[in-house]
Amino acid sequence: MSAYRTLLAKDLRIELRTLRSLPAMVLFAVTTFVIFRFGLDRTELEGDLGAGVLVATLLFAAILAINRLFVAERDEGGFELIRLAPVDRNILFASKATALVIYLVALELVAVPIFALFFLDTAEGLPPLAAVLLLADIGLAATGTLISTIATMSSARDLLAPLILLPLLVPLVIATSGAAQHLLDAGGPDFDRFGTWIAVLGLYDSVFVLVGYATFDYLLED
Amino acid sequence: MGSISLRTIAIATVAVLAAGFGLAFFYAPEDADQGFIQKIFYLHVPLAICALLGFIVAAIHAIRHLRTGDPIHDARSYVSIHLSVIFGVGVLLTGAIWARGSWGVWWEWREPTLVSFLIVFLLYATYYPLRYAIEDRDRQARYASVFAITAGAFVPLNFLAVRLAEPLIHPRTFSSAGGLPAEMMLAFLVCLVGMGLLWVTLVRFELGAKAASADLGRIRRALQGDGAPPAPAPSVAPVGVSATSAMSAGSAERSREGAPPGATRFRKKAS
Repeated sequence: MSAYRTLLAKDLRIELRTLRSLPAMVLFAVTTFVIFRFGLDRTELEGDLGAGVLVATLLFAAILAINRLFVAERDEGGFELIRLAPVDRNILFASKATALVIYLVALELVAVPIFALFFLDTAEGLPPLAAVLLLADIGLAATGTLISTIATMSSARDLLAPLILLPLLVPLVIATSGAAQHLLDAGGPDFDRFGTWIAVLGLYDSVFVLVGYATFDYLLED
Repeated sequence: MGSISLRTIAIATVAVLAAGFGLAFFYAPEDADQGFIQKIFYLHVPLAICALLGFIVAAIHAIRHLRTGDPIHDARSYVSIHLSVIFGVGVLLTGAIWARGSWGVWWEWREPTLVSFLIVFLLYATYYPLRYAIEDRDRQARYASVFAITAGAFVPLNFLAVRLAEPLIHPRTFSSAGGLPAEMMLAFLVCLVGMGLLWVTLVRFELGAKAASADLGRIRRALQGDGAPPAPAPSVAPVGVSATSAMSAGSAERSREGAPPGATRFRKKAS
């Protein structure tokens, strides 16, 4: 547990000192909102269109962080460190996934209010939307950490991560958009099939956290 | 299956497939709603089932590879995914033809099975760039196995999510398989068995070809004699890379290792 806390604190401290990922993610998200405003020629978004724009933007912003997740470990010997240390190597998976969840929550704390300011008439749906996005972040972090590790060790790392990740995230996108679209309706939030989508998100998170934790050790073998 | 020769399985495949398609065209009645176009069901659905089972088999071999480290399981996983992706192309093409004939459109986003297959196909199509972007063979095999396990877990989740996303399901002949007339069910089952045999035949053939290629590489290295850098055995060679070019691109790491362990394990005869 102390190794997990140490690794997590290290990543958060580095991010706070260097601000390598978060500002870029937030800026990317806000710029993408502007692009959608002009690309769709809409000043108001609701329902499935609003959910789609929000989820797609957050997804692509997350990929920026996922691409950079293991750069320091690759360049500065972090993988060798974890191989030599007398700790369970899956601790690295857990700490990186937790750090990624924290980055995504920080992103959403800025990006979602801006999205509401730009496009929504009412913010009533935002509190239950926060719960949906948190579940989505967990699944995104588990899958992203696993794929980021695979991509980091390859020669086409920047290309490979989004290429593999996007199809893997389709069920997550379906469930998140499915839950969010009724929360962003113009007349106020509607909880139609909300429980179903939450269950799918929970299932996705469980499966990929387990798969990631079970297979991560093999990715670190030399 | 391991003790049955490739020739025997191939003959059985041809016989069962011929029987299946014969039953489909001459014995099973036409569908009351869709008419003759419905008969593509006897090709489309067996292809889909065999492709999906192939992905699951690949995940099982990947688990065995990670647990034992034996490269034969990596080769079986690779070949299973390879052939299931090819079958997946067949599923998408026949599905598009069926959609055109039934609904007048080449693609229908509200058909959950077809959409699920497209997503699964897009995922497994990334298996090849993943493998060939990693130069170290052992790491390549391990990472490919992790991918196969992850993707195998993804397939049922994907089908569930896509099906939930579209509450309006177009009527399909196979939407209530239990309601198929006996003649149609017989033809379908024979086609399914035939397609399964075809998958197994092609897997055995490709594994045999790779074993022969590995043997050839080993013999060439032996003929080169001591002092010359030994060439890598093409156990799972990238597409477009011939055995000759693979040999001439031998690295210092491979010269220190000698013959890679994977080459010596490909001793199963094809027939």
